[in-house]
Amino acid sequence: MEFSWDLVINAIVTGVVLGGFYASVAIGVTIAFGMLDIVNIAHPAFMIAGAYLAFWGSEKFGFDPFVSIAVFAPSGYLFGRAFYRAYHFFFERRGDESLQGLAFFFGILFIVEIGIVLIFGVDYRSITQPYLESTIGVGFVSVPWRMLVPFLVGLGMLGSVYLYLSRTFTGRTILAVSQDVEALRLIGANPIRAKEIAFGIAVATAIVAGVLLIIIQPVEPSITREYIGRAFAICVLGGIASIPGTLVASLILGVAEALTTTFYGPSWSPAVSFGLLLLTLIFRPAGIFGR
Amino acid sequence: MSGQALSAPELRKPAPVSGRSRTGLAIVLIGVVLLAATMVLGSHIGEYYYLATYTILQFIVLGTAWNILGGYGGYVNFGTAGFFAIGCYTTIILNKIFPMPLLFEMLVAAATAGVVGLGTGYLTLRLRGVFFSIATLALAIVLQTLIVNWSFVGGARGVYVIRPAVSGIFVSYAQFLVVLMLGLAIFAVVVAWAVEKSWIGIGLAAIRDDEAAAETSGVPSLRLKLIATTMSGALMGMAGAPFPYYVTYVDPATAFGLAIAVNSIAMPLVGGTATWWGPVVGAILLGSAQQILTVTISSAANLFIVGVLLVVFVTVAPRGVVGIVRGWKRGRK
Amino acid sequence: MIAKILEATGVTKRFDGFAALTSVDFTLLKGERVGLIGPNGSGKSTFVNCLTGILAPDDGSIIFDGNDITKTPAWLRARRGLARTYQIPRPFRGMTVQENIEVPLRFAVGHTSAGTISEAAQVILDQVGLGEKADLSPKGLTQVELRKLELGRALAAQPKVLIADEVMAGLSESEVDEILALLNRLNAEGISILLIEHIMRAVMLFAQRIVVIVAGSKIADGLPDEVMQQEDVERAYLGE
Repeated sequence: MEFSWDLVINAIVTGVVLGGFYASVAIGVTIAFGMLDIVNIAHPAFMIAGAYLAFWGSEKFGFDPFVSIAVFAPSGYLFGRAFYRAYHFFFERRGDESLQGLAFFFGILFIVEIGIVLIFGVDYRSITQPYLESTIGVGFVSVPWRMLVPFLVGLGMLGSVYLYLSRTFTGRTILAVSQDVEALRLIGANPIRAKEIAFGIAVATAIVAGVLLIIIQPVEPSITREYIGRAFAICVLGGIASIPGTLVASLILGVAEALTTTFYGPSWSPAVSFGLLLLTLIFRPAGIFGR
Repeated sequence: MSGQALSAPELRKPAPVSGRSRTGLAIVLIGVVLLAATMVLGSHIGEYYYLATYTILQFIVLGTAWNILGGYGGYVNFGTAGFFAIGCYTTIILNKIFPMPLLFEMLVAAATAGVVGLGTGYLTLRLRGVFFSIATLALAIVLQTLIVNWSFVGGARGVYVIRPAVSGIFVSYAQFLVVLMLGLAIFAVVVAWAVEKSWIGIGLAAIRDDEAAAETSGVPSLRLKLIATTMSGALMGMAGAPFPYYVTYVDPATAFGLAIAVNSIAMPLVGGTATWWGPVVGAILLGSAQQILTVTISSAANLFIVGVLLVVFVTVAPRGVVGIVRGWKRGRK
Repeated sequence: MIAKILEATGVTKRFDGFAALTSVDFTLLKGERVGLIGPNGSGKSTFVNCLTGILAPDDGSIIFDGNDITKTPAWLRARRGLARTYQIPRPFRGMTVQENIEVPLRFAVGHTSAGTISEAAQVILDQVGLGEKADLSPKGLTQVELRKLELGRALAAQPKVLIADEVMAGLSESEVDEILALLNRLNAEGISILLIEHIMRAVMLFAQRIVVIVAGSKIADGLPDEVMQQEDVERAYLGE
């Protein structure tokens, strides 16, 4: 593949747009893992479930993806809260071993992925909307709407979460929990409830990310595992609990993948995120904005 | 404060330790008996049963190997499939450039997988346990991507492997594979048992319970974790080396497959991670169940059930079958 | 001139811009009993973590028994005779009380025979008063028993220096006296002790010398009565 600036610039633009979407995937991990110390490797499974919910909504009820978001994200939030209560009851209280916790989330990840295979099969599923079909072009750079929309929604979601966490009382309680559970108890706030709400938000963002995913591309169940790498690579590279970090890391990953795909082909792209993750863990585990 | 030494059962000694080398000897003896039985039964058993037994034995090895680092040390390896695949592809590569007997291929696989385990461990075991786990997942996917893009080993299309002729004492190649895997299983279990009772096992247990306290008690935690990771990886590689001859067609999707990934974690957790016989029980129970069920339901449904069992056990019976048995024994006293 | 057993010079530790310790100098002589006090969050635990090797200081050096251990891993320091207890007891919960003691016997001291290890463990258990609880799980121990287990484990490493990190927190008066008596016995046997404590009564009774750390810096180092009279020490504890 010969080198040309056109290709590079297009790749970078694509990468940035993709990065915005990736941010929506990773924000849930930043909250659950970065702030609450819950190793939710099942997060991509919740995302894929969101994608398939959007598919089902579209097939069965003719839901536009935004309608799907409006319907399924709140359910995801409630489910997330219930899920955290169960997780807290069975695992966090025991306090013994993270072995069990990790195995638990791995099991959940697995069940969701195989469950989707059983219900929907392994074929690619997609949804189409007429207004997503067109492309926006500036000079020699063009970006399809089906990618631009997730980029914008992804950024919007990141911004909303950031505002929520820094401006509302519950949000600030969540941030405080991530830093010092003891101090929180001393001032009488309930860390469990804060964590529950935070986890609910994390799952809701996963559902939204899933809907965005199926807007960008057709989905099939095994995509789940690729996204473990992406989500955690972004979270770690960004500094674990930093939202600005999540954004910057998402953009870096998006561009890295886009450049790799352009010059080496798409079959190498799963390795990019995991490779980036390994490199970060080895050389700078605290990430860019990390403590 | 002092006074009665009696106390509630749940506060008693967690694990009775008895008959040290007797156990090791018993394992070997049972293994030899099973080996003899396999040879004697010969062609009275259908090929299907040999292959089903092979699968279960393979999982005994994988589960036992996983448990040396996971159960004993508390470090969860999500990338068992990666190490298993290293074994598979070592055989495939050797076949193409430097053919040798399977036994030697297994040794090369052990060395390769062991070195990869050591390397991964060296790079990530200084970090929190969860980062090691994610790194093992990353490793498996990176390896898979490399293989998929490497046409020498067949890339995504896979390769066909021809079974060599088997020596006259075996009635079929399938029987030979079972005997080989049985030997490996005995070896793996004896290694796990020996590690558990040795200073390595005790050190790993301390690390699992509280790594910082272990360090300040003199336990060289990085060293022990590396030993465990290397052993674990090497055994997994050895389990993968005969696989190409078992399936005769290998592609990355199978070698790096979901079945390997989930079973190698589910079996020790269901069986019990605290001791060497937990993964064995787990492999036999879950392995047999899957073999029986595959006939009636799809393999996806099969794996789904394994996943559910994993979640159920880890939630309500975290000590696995081992825990249940020990609790029952304590109750009877 | 009594030899120094532990000497820290210029120890500095930062956490992403926040200076937890700033150029702390500290000396412990052979056989000495030193108390380390300071308000919560002043950096005492960080200092202990640097001394024992759990954290690596950003600057400074640590010399133990004549050897520079600044880059030595924690487990090797334990083997050389630097032992500690933890503020919040951290027993090995999957093992019995005796097995807890056996870990340092095996790893810090290097015994290999099961018989020797078992006997030595029982001796230590008796020394700290846990002889009857040898076969129990740590989950069944009371707070003071857990503290004794911490001390027992530190003791089993045959330490030259024992760092007791808030080992008396939350205990009753008589329990504090019990632990003090134990520490005094250990000191009489030749172990140099660094006692980090909030319970001033215990520190005044026990320490030959007191060091005060406030906001990451050492502000006082001397005889107990003199140090406690110092203005800045009073201020740190009583406020302006």
